Amino acid sequence: MPSVMLRKREDGKLIFYVAKKDLEETIESIEFDSPDKWGGEVVLGDGSKYAFEILDAPPKIPLTLQAKRL
Amino acid sequence: MAAMTREETEALIQEVLEVYPEKAKKDRAKHLAVNDSSLEKANKCITSNRKSLPGVMTVRGCAYAGSKGVVWGPIKDMIHISHGPVGCGQYSRAGRRNYYVGTTGVNAFGTMNFTSDFKENDIVFGGDKKLSKIMLEIEQLFPLNKGISIQSECPIGLIGDDIEAVAKKAAKETGKPVVPVRCEGFRGVSQSLGHHIANDAIRDWVLENRDGDDSFQTTPYDVAVIGDYNIGGDAWASRTLLEEMGLRVVAQWSGDGTIAEIEKTPKVKLNLIHCYRSMNYIARHMEEKYSIPWIEYNFFGPTKIAESLRKIAALFDEKIQAGAERVIARYTAEYEAVIAKYKPRLEGKRVMLYIGGLRPRHVIGAYEDLGMEVVGTGYEFGHNDDYDRTIKEMGNATLLYDDVTGYEFEEFVKRVQPDLIGSGIKEKYIFQKMGVPFRQMHSWDYSGPYHGYDGFAIFARDMDMTINNPCWKNIKAPWKNQVANDEALKAVA
Ligand code: SF4
Repeated sequence: MPSVMLRKREDGKLIFYVAKKDLEETIESIEFDSPDKWGGEVVLGDGSKYAFEILDAPPKIPLTLQAKRL
Repeated sequence: MAAMTREETEALIQEVLEVYPEKAKKDRAKHLAVNDSSLEKANKCITSNRKSLPGVMTVRGCAYAGSKGVVWGPIKDMIHISHGPVGCGQYSRAGRRNYYVGTTGVNAFGTMNFTSDFKENDIVFGGDKKLSKIMLEIEQLFPLNKGISIQSECPIGLIGDDIEAVAKKAAKETGKPVVPVRCEGFRGVSQSLGHHIANDAIRDWVLENRDGDDSFQTTPYDVAVIGDYNIGGDAWASRTLLEEMGLRVVAQWSGDGTIAEIEKTPKVKLNLIHCYRSMNYIARHMEEKYSIPWIEYNFFGPTKIAESLRKIAALFDEKIQAGAERVIARYTAEYEAVIAKYKPRLEGKRVMLYIGGLRPRHVIGAYEDLGMEVVGTGYEFGHNDDYDRTIKEMGNATLLYDDVTGYEFEEFVKRVQPDLIGSGIKEKYIFQKMGVPFRQMHSWDYSGPYHGYDGFAIFARDMDMTINNPCWKNIKAPWKNQVANDEALKAVA
């Protein structure tokens, strides 16, 4: 379960950053992204997939979250 | 020599790899690449931040070097104890040329070496007592110090000393910050992990010191300069530009910096990152914890400076934006004169670089401003994200080499025949003896600053005096110089 730091890039894209793994990728898609549900499976720019826990509301970004590698 | 095509460069890499045994070849092949600027991501073409191969010549440092030498060392009003045997600190003492103002030994300690000088006894019985004693001694001898950091060398981790406990106790006694840093040299694959550990130590032991204390008067124009180590005065040359455009520089991390500045950084409005590699961690942390945005900028060469000033100004109001334009306009005549003078002497010259944190990509623009071309570049300890940022800056089909070995670098130079090499002291004399003009690009070869408009003028002059130095014509022994001999004979006859 790597700790993932989420931040918004200047162009508005979400960046998925894992310091330990040296991984800095854009998030291309996220399973749930609505005012009452956020998280689930995300697909990164390099095609790899991770999953966040599903939250009741979109979190305030920047933020560090745990993600599971799929 | 004409530029090499993609095929030629690929063939060169293959040829150089030929001498390695099968396994080493496979490993090194991943670290050498031909640049393809159309790629978005560097991990498609190059691997980085891996353990160096045993048996090859690498110029990497250790985690202690990254923490003590790079991040903590320049904080001038703290005393940084090189905790362990004397050598690690003594052989790296004052080598980085981080300039500072202050009276050394009284209120600034940058070029001094403090060490616990471990002996066999300390290894066997532990060094915690000795460490507490040193800190008391420091308080007596150097009462104006503003804090202490304990920079662990290899043995500390091996014998399992509890430096955190000693630090906490000492901090209570002196009332000043005492920061234990677990940067033993064996951690990680290069100095890069040392930067990270040092950032984490600042985060855990310093950054929160003034949380909840609002006595510091802030303005909407407060910024911090992060990752400028004031090599030869770089941070000063950068700072003037920012101040001229109307910003207030609250903190310098860490060249000519103080612990008070670091503690105040969470109050700024924007963090400006110059050396991304060594300090992006803390910027990311401050973004998350204090909602301070950060941006990367580049103060090498007028093109990049103007770009960066505008990029920074765009995040502020019109007053700052007008300020940025005013600064650019004010220096235009100055840098145009520099270019007019040196470009004719440097135009078309080809450069190969092999350096550390930010320079393999950041200085490219400065060379291009002088009409020069960078045909090969590489990082000692870069990560993927560094190469991501590099492939766009470099021309197509140029060479990229990660953690290059002594042998590879020499072979590349022999074939590519650059007019100038910019790298470190360990490479300097080899290439000078091969007859290739060389600049030491870690400490600016005892020159500098190179940042900012003022720095650019010095940069241009230095490159000119190196490349166009008459000595390069006399490298070959006169009797080996067939052409010269023939001409001399003709003259006699
Ligand atoms: S690797 Fe260890 S012993 Fe060598 S300089 Fe670094 S801290 Fe000192």
